[in-house]
Amino acid sequence: MSHNAHEPTASDLFEIKAGYVNLLNLKLLGLDLDTLAAQLSEKIRSAPEFFRNAPVVIDLSGLGDPRLSIDFAALLPVLRNLGLSPAGVRGGRDAWQRAAERSGLAVLAEFRSGTQPKEAAGADGTSRAAASEPARNVAKLIDHPVRSGQRIYAPGGDLIVLAPVSPGAELMADGNIHIYSSLRGRALAGVQGDLESRIFCMDLQAELIAIGGQYQISENLEESIRGRPVQVFLRHDTLIIEDL
Amino acid sequence: MARIIVVTSGKGGVGKTTTSAAFAMGLAMKGYRTAVIDFDVGLRNLDLVMGCERRVVYDFVNVLNGEATLHQALIRDKRRDNLFILPASQTRDKESLTKEGVERVLNELAETHEYIVCDSPAGIEKGATLAMYFADDALVVTNPEVSSVRDSDRMLGILASKSRRAELGVEPIKEYLLLTRYSPERVRLGEMLSVEDVQEILSMHLLGVIPESKSVLGASNAGTPVILDEKSDAGQAYGDIVRRYLGEQVPHRFVEENKKGLLKRLFGG
Repeated sequence: MSHNAHEPTASDLFEIKAGYVNLLNLKLLGLDLDTLAAQLSEKIRSAPEFFRNAPVVIDLSGLGDPRLSIDFAALLPVLRNLGLSPAGVRGGRDAWQRAAERSGLAVLAEFRSGTQPKEAAGADGTSRAAASEPARNVAKLIDHPVRSGQRIYAPGGDLIVLAPVSPGAELMADGNIHIYSSLRGRALAGVQGDLESRIFCMDLQAELIAIGGQYQISENLEESIRGRPVQVFLRHDTLIIEDL
Repeated sequence: MARIIVVTSGKGGVGKTTTSAAFAMGLAMKGYRTAVIDFDVGLRNLDLVMGCERRVVYDFVNVLNGEATLHQALIRDKRRDNLFILPASQTRDKESLTKEGVERVLNELAETHEYIVCDSPAGIEKGATLAMYFADDALVVTNPEVSSVRDSDRMLGILASKSRRAELGVEPIKEYLLLTRYSPERVRLGEMLSVEDVQEILSMHLLGVIPESKSVLGASNAGTPVILDEKSDAGQAYGDIVRRYLGEQVPHRFVEENKKGLLKRLFGG
């Protein structure tokens, strides 16, 4: 190539690169704006620096009643007055997303199916504003060694193991897997497709690790992370193993 | 009430029968009325190691099938009159064993004995699973090498999930690790797993270490449980193990090279 692509010429006024940013997700469970403002401001008071000018995505998937109409012209000033910067919406009904676009918000891609929380249908959205804590998933706790040939599955949640997991043993969970000891067997997190799930262990000697079907076998584990406390998660369909 | 002890391993050739014979003899030497049962139907060996092969008339399967009474089949040891051997059948296979039959024989033995030692066959099939099903304690015999450790681990999983105690949801089987054919010298050379390696992988209580010893083979061939050879290191190690099992505080021996050297000088073993 004759043209030097590395140095921008004087005529270049922009570069386009793919980038990933972390955005806060504000999941609305009701539309009573006064109550919302009061609850939000209390939350923000607990960590003002964290929330200052924080860009947020308004998640509409938690609004149960499809007949609701959302008045973004009233909602956005409430959020901005609290110091938040609404950047877009995600989830919810088409009509709500079109209304958001008309108010200048971006419509972001829907959650991947595996990670979308299931909401109880039929509840009246406005009356649920107070119940802002998400329902706790049930975790399965194992406090004895998991032996070769044993399989343990935690349906619908996390699996926590307080003892060593032997070679030839298999752990599976719909959610995360936490091992506060050595992992020498297999660990498969997010087996129903939750790509956000992770594996944590204090001593990685696994035969196989997998998240949402993406797996890696022992032979391909780098020596540098072997025998160390690590977490395993998925980024761009690739398993990432990081020191804890 | 008798205490039922299974001697198990998953892998073959690690020393289950040697251990069963020595351990049962050790309990008898401590004064307990003890029975030892050979569960290896079709591959009878315990009678040879116990030196009673020429006195076998009826066997375990005869008793299960009602062809002989327990009293007729039990062989009293010539050295200890409180030790009894129930030999396996050499002509049948493991399908002759049934859960109900085994339970009936164990219950009958329990009326007149304090300890019942079950010598498990290798593998995880019927003979092995029935040998451990009714157990209160398990001696898991393991050699310091990876395949034996993995098989022991598998057996520990079965003990924890498929025993009577597990199915009733009562206190689980007590598991004791017995590391056999151990050679500190070969550990130093990196040819063998160390006690620490094995314990780390299996994470269980170490009952004792039996050193690799020529006396074991000699004792087997002579039909003398090696624990009777008090001059040998293996015999002493089994003696320690029985005392530890019965609750005595006995320091571990035969784990380190120099220690072994000292004992060698003292005992000439």
